[in-house]
Amino acid sequence: MTDTVLDVRNLRVEFPTRRGVLTAVDDISLTIGKGEILGVVGESGAGKSMTGMAILGLLEPPGRIASGEIRLSGDRIDTLTEHQMQSVRGRRIGAIFQDPLTSLNPLFKVGDQLVETIRLHSTLTRTQARTRALDLMREVGIPAVEERIDNYPHQFSGGMRQRIVIALALCAEPELIIADEPTTALDVSIQAQITALLKRLCRDRGTAVMLVTHDMGVIAETADRVAVMYAGRLAELGNVEDVVRRPQHPYTAGLMGSIPSLRKDMHELQMIPGSMPRLGAIPSGCAFNPRCPQAGPKCRRDIPRSDGPGAACWLALTGETA
Amino acid sequence: MLAFLIKRFANAAFVMLAVALLAFTIFRFFGDPVEMMVNEQATQEDRAELRERLGLNDGFVTQYTRFVTNAVQGDFGISYRNQQDVMVLIGERFPATFELVLVATILSLVIGIPLGVITAVHRESRMANALQLGSIVGVSLPSFVVGIMLILAFSVSLGWLPAFGRGETVDIGWWSTGLLTSSGRAALVLPALSLSTFQITLVMRLVRAEMLETLRTDYVKFARARGVPAGRVHWVHALRNCLMPVITLTGMQIGNLIAFALVTETVFQWPGMGLLFIQAVTFVDIPVMAAYLMLVSFIFVALNTIVDVTYAWVDPRLRDDTAKAGGANG
Repeated sequence: MTDTVLDVRNLRVEFPTRRGVLTAVDDISLTIGKGEILGVVGESGAGKSMTGMAILGLLEPPGRIASGEIRLSGDRIDTLTEHQMQSVRGRRIGAIFQDPLTSLNPLFKVGDQLVETIRLHSTLTRTQARTRALDLMREVGIPAVEERIDNYPHQFSGGMRQRIVIALALCAEPELIIADEPTTALDVSIQAQITALLKRLCRDRGTAVMLVTHDMGVIAETADRVAVMYAGRLAELGNVEDVVRRPQHPYTAGLMGSIPSLRKDMHELQMIPGSMPRLGAIPSGCAFNPRCPQAGPKCRRDIPRSDGPGAACWLALTGETA
Repeated sequence: MLAFLIKRFANAAFVMLAVALLAFTIFRFFGDPVEMMVNEQATQEDRAELRERLGLNDGFVTQYTRFVTNAVQGDFGISYRNQQDVMVLIGERFPATFELVLVATILSLVIGIPLGVITAVHRESRMANALQLGSIVGVSLPSFVVGIMLILAFSVSLGWLPAFGRGETVDIGWWSTGLLTSSGRAALVLPALSLSTFQITLVMRLVRAEMLETLRTDYVKFARARGVPAGRVHWVHALRNCLMPVITLTGMQIGNLIAFALVTETVFQWPGMGLLFIQAVTFVDIPVMAAYLMLVSFIFVALNTIVDVTYAWVDPRLRDDTAKAGGANG
């Protein structure tokens, strides 16, 4: 992967509140190459969706990017104005959101929403855009497109709606797609179809994908590399194989241990004791230290940081926690 | 869609029958119509004869049926006071009220909706806060106060606009309109403004509340993620999703406006139905009151029906046939 599509460096997202500034994303660095799928996993509130929204420039005020850089194919995009960002969103970065039931405007035909998006990012006429919309719908696997294009979102099932959302994300052939929990709201049987579809479309086009999910299974099936987030920080970054087979960070190991498997003979699922700290109450040192079975005095004192692949854990970095 | 329409119209007809029963009861049993119609010298025979002629000796059901049959044909009898056909009286007055209410409604939408969107989109700005504060004043001021203040400012002090009456009118068939003459239009400004002040603020506050809700939805966020410009997101994607309650409110409020017009018409001496009704109350002119009741109810019911039909038009999910076709596959 020589062509870097997305390059996020030391990204920090803050929410100023009455009780002080909350850091939702704390010093995250990651890259995604052309045609690569980077999985971002973590529990709810780990900052994974927030990272995606920051890249899209869609942070809800008062949330803001406090420091760091975001580059898209070399162009810095975190400093663009809202107006300039409008021609990046949809055109260079496509987005897929969690709930296909609510992502589509209920009062507009799906065809109109597709045509609108296509025409925003190209010079096609209405008729040409409609032809392109039909092609896209066929490509994402919607049957009887000629008839379906004039249907409203409520006339589609959840899986079909998510296919429409994917078609919308692909309208302008973006370099990067940010898929925020694309399968979470769907039936399990549909999840695999959608994941496979997304994977195929992006492979064919060489589109980079940031796949945000809390489902380790989806990551293992789909992603090339994975970033594990915990309390707004990067816990571990590496190839999917390595991270799944040989997790370096105790948190990742805990996540792996809590996935049920039909193949392995397991009597009981492991669980990580406790829960992720609230943003306002992140412990000093490593954010995971109160729940970590191997935590030492150093873990409670200093924040472990890892540059590039590997685990942000003193045990992995220095081999000791004293 | 057809089944839906039939259902709605059947509902409307049923409500009108119930209202007719009420109006008929008032007409028939609040005081003796014969006593009101004859003069004091009339003999017992005269009264009995009139009673027979009016069909007051018939059974209740027969009388009610006759009342409804007549009402459907627009016949509400003769006004006690000016011995004129009630429908003719109302017909003369209706255009004035209708034009007043129509203009007030258009004003409230044309001014209220944009203000609502602007205050929702720029909710932190100083202008939005000022508008929000102003709207509280608008909601709390009674319309007769607004009317009197408008008269004071624009008629008495500045002398720009007339303080009362309808100006010159032009007859188009039986309809007399003030919209085609400059004096008619000038006379309309102050009453319409006074009547719509409350509506403008109501519409504005409703649109603002709905917009704040809608701006938080996923599809608005997703529209932005697709690269739709902010203006289009606000004025097309979000606003359309806010219009449902605005349509309901406007529909319901047109009924209220006709009722409120009573006050405005009194303040501005506007020769509409409200003024006619006030005079009818003063003289216990029951046929006029019954007809007014029926007419206002009819307008209410008709508006409700139109609102429901419009719903189905704006929101495809409410159409019966598409809901059935919505057994989506996939």
